[in-house]
Amino acid sequence: MSELVLQVKDLKVSFSTVDGVVQAVNGISFDVRKGQTLGIVGESGSGKSVTASAIMGLINRNSADMSGSILLGGLDVLTAQEREIRALRGREAAMVFQDPMSALNPYYTVGKQIAEAYEVHHPNSSKKERQLVALDMLAKVGLPKPSECIDEYPHQFSGGMRQRIVIAIALVNNPRLLIADEPTTALDVTVQAQILELMMSLQQEFGSAIILITHDLGVVAEVADEVMVMYAGQTMESSKVQTLFDAPSHPYTRGLLGSVRSLDNSERGALHTIAGNPPSMISLPGGCPFHPRCEFAASMNGLCSSVQPTLRVLPTTGSESACHLNDDQLLSLGRGVIHD
Amino acid sequence: MTSPVVLEAKNLVKYFPTVSKGLLQRSTDSVKAVDGVSVQVRAGQTLGVVGESGCGKSTLARLLMRLLPPTSGTVLLDGADITSLTGRELRAVRAKIQMVFQDPVASLNPRHSVGQIIGTPLKFLKENSASGAKEHVQELMALVGLNPEHYNRYPHEFSGGQRQRIGIARALAVGPQVIVADEPVSALDVSIQAQVLNLMEKLQRDLGLSYVFIAHDLSVVRHIADEIIVMYLGKVVESGTPKDVYSAPSHPYTQALLSAIPLADPRAAGTHKRMVLTGDVPSPIDPPSGCRFRTRCPRAQDLCALEEPALIDRGQGHPVACHFPG
Ligand SMILES: Nc1ncnc2c1ncn2[C@@H]1O[C@H](COP(=O)(O)OP(=O)(O)OP(=O)(O)O)[C@@H](O)[C@H]1O
Ligand SMILES: Nc1ncnc2c1ncn2[C@@H]1O[C@H](COP(=O)(O)OP(=O)(O)O)[C@@H](O)[C@H]1O
Ligand code: SF4
Ligand code: SF4
Ligand SMILES: [Mg+2]
Ligand SMILES: [Mg+2]
Repeated sequence: MSELVLQVKDLKVSFSTVDGVVQAVNGISFDVRKGQTLGIVGESGSGKSVTASAIMGLINRNSADMSGSILLGGLDVLTAQEREIRALRGREAAMVFQDPMSALNPYYTVGKQIAEAYEVHHPNSSKKERQLVALDMLAKVGLPKPSECIDEYPHQFSGGMRQRIVIAIALVNNPRLLIADEPTTALDVTVQAQILELMMSLQQEFGSAIILITHDLGVVAEVADEVMVMYAGQTMESSKVQTLFDAPSHPYTRGLLGSVRSLDNSERGALHTIAGNPPSMISLPGGCPFHPRCEFAASMNGLCSSVQPTLRVLPTTGSESACHLNDDQLLSLGRGVIHD
Repeated sequence: MTSPVVLEAKNLVKYFPTVSKGLLQRSTDSVKAVDGVSVQVRAGQTLGVVGESGCGKSTLARLLMRLLPPTSGTVLLDGADITSLTGRELRAVRAKIQMVFQDPVASLNPRHSVGQIIGTPLKFLKENSASGAKEHVQELMALVGLNPEHYNRYPHEFSGGQRQRIGIARALAVGPQVIVADEPVSALDVSIQAQVLNLMEKLQRDLGLSYVFIAHDLSVVRHIADEIIVMYLGKVVESGTPKDVYSAPSHPYTQALLSAIPLADPRAAGTHKRMVLTGDVPSPIDPPSGCRFRTRCPRAQDLCALEEPALIDRGQGHPVACHFPG
C-alpha cells in the first residue's frame, strides 16, 4: 500500500448556536493514501464541508468543540499551533471550493494570486521565478493564452475558467493532498467534465491524493477509488467504488443509488426515492440516525431507534457498514431483496 | 394520439440592448438571448428545455410567461395570440400559466407564512372568503405532500425540498393549465430531486397539467419530458421525443451534452469515450457567423462559418440544425 497522507480518527465537531448545539461531525475515521482518490458523498448538511474545513485547520477553535485527531504532515491539526498549520496549508493539503469566486480576490490579477500562493512556501523566490511559475500553472490547468490571462482579473473569466485558476493556485506548491469540496456543482455538465478530466490528469502528473466531496454519485463513479458515504455527520458505509455500486452495504447508500438518474436506467417513470428529509443536526434521532427514513427500521423490533450501530467490516466485500441488518441482509441490498 | 397544443411560441426573439460604453459610441450592440425559437406545449404533456448556462432558457421561460415582452414573435395560448395583452386580460392569462423557480429560498418571501405565500396568488385572481381561502390552501398543501397543519410556519422552517413543494403549491393555487418550471430541482439534493420529480409527474397525471420543464442537464429531463428542445446560444439546435434525442442524437452539441453526464457506473468510467467540449459558450452579443456552435464543434467545416443551418429534418426523423448531422 502506498504511503499514508492523511489519517482522521474519531473526528467530532460541534458548534454552539442560539438554537442549540449543532453536531456537524459525529465520530468519523478514514485514511487517505498517496495517489488515491477518496470520494465523500452525502446530502447537504451531512457534515462533508465541516470535515474538509477541519482537515485544513480552518475551523475556529473558539467557535467549535472538536475532538479526535487529524494527522497530516506529521502533525495533529486539532492541536497544532496556527503557525504550524499555516506551514501545512498549501504544501501538505490545499483546497478547492464550490464557488471559485469566493476563493479568488477580485482586485488582484490571477497571475499575482498564483505568485502569492507560491511565495508563501518559497519566500526566497525571485519575482521572475514566480512569474514563470504562474505562467506554467496557467498552462497546466488549460487556460488558453496564459501570457494574456496572467494579467487579467477573475471577473474576466467564465465559471469553468475561474475554477481552473483556483486549481492552479491550489496546486502551485505541489500539495500531497487536494481537497475539492463540490468543485463542479456550480458548473454546467460540459464544463464539469472538463474540470474532472483536468483534476485526474493533474493527479497523474503531481501524484497528489484527492478527497473529492460531492453529492453526485455519477461524479464519484467517474473519479473515486474509495467512497465514504456520510449521513448526519457519521459514516454509513465505506467501500471501494466498484463495490459500492455493485453491492451497496447500507440502506442509505441503496436509497441514494436508487435516486440517481442514469441514462441507461429506465425511461420515463417514477424514480426510487428516500422518503422524508435529512434530520436536524441539532436534535439527531436516537439510535441509527437514518432510522426515521429507513424502510427496514420497522422490522427490527425497535433496535434501530434505540441503539446506534457501529461500523463493521463485511468479510465478503471488505466494505464497512454501520447498520443493524445482518451480513446476509446487507449483502442482498444490491439485489434489491431482503430476506429474514 | 397527440393531444392539442395549449401553449405555442412562434419565432420568438428577445434582444437585450447593452449599455453604451461612451458618449460617442452609438450602442447598437445587443444580447441575443433568444433568437427565433418556436415551441409547442401539448395538453397534459411536458416540453423539456435543455442547454448550458446562458443559452437563453430562462429568457424563453419569461417570454412564455409574458413576464418579458418579446422583440418579435408571438405567444399563443389555446390558439389565441397573447403577445400584446395588458392589464386585466394579461392577469387572466397569468392564471393559466404559472411558474416554479430554481431557487426555493430566494423565490419565497421569508416574512410571509406558508399560508400567505400559497394564498397570495388567489387574492389577486379570485374572489375568495378568508376561511374558504385557508381551506383551499390547506388542500393544496396536502396535494403537494406538505402537512396542512404547518399553515402558519415560515419558509426557513422547511427543508429545500419542502420549500420547492411550497413553490409548486403556490403555482397550483390559481388552477393553471401550464406550469413553466425553470430548473425546479437543480438546487436540491439527488434524493430530494427524485421526490420533487415524482410529485410533478403525479400532479400532471391527476390534474392534466402541461409543463415546460427547464434543466441544464439532459439526465433530469429524461424522466419527465414527452418532447425535448436543446438550446445553444438562443437557438434550438435539435428537437424531438426523448427517444430521438437520447437514442439518436444527431447534433454534435446534443451529443456532447449527453456524453458529459457522469455515468453512475465505475466500470464504464474508464471505457466510455467522452466527447469533451473545449472552451465556453461564446458571447451572445457577438455570436459566431453561420452555425453558432462552430467554435466548439469537432465536426465544423468551411460551410459552417458561411451558412446558418436551418432546424429541419435531415433524414434523422426529427429536426436538427446542423449541416453535417450524424
Ligand atoms: N435583462 C437582461 N439584460 C441583458 N442581458 C440579459 C438579461 N437577461 C438575460 N440576459 C442574457 O441573455 C442570455 C440568456 O440568459 P438566460 O438567463 O435566458 O440563460 P439561461 O439559459 O437561463 O442560463 P442559466 O442556465 O444560467 O439559467 C445570457 O447571456 C444573459 O446574460
Ligand atoms: N460555523 C457553523 N456554525 C454552526 N453550524 C454549522 C457551521 N458550519 C456548519 N454548520 C452545520 O453543520 C452541519 C454540517 O454542515 P456541512 O459540513 O456544511 O454539510 P455538507 O457540506 O455535508 O453539506 C449543518 O447542519 C450545518 O448547518
Ligand atoms: S440500522 Fe436500522 S435504521 Fe439504520 S440503516 Fe440499518 S436497518 Fe436502517
Ligand atoms: S453546422 Fe457545422 S459547426 Fe454547426 S454543428 Fe453542424 S457540423 Fe458543427
Ligand atoms: Mg458543503
Ligand atoms: Mg436560467
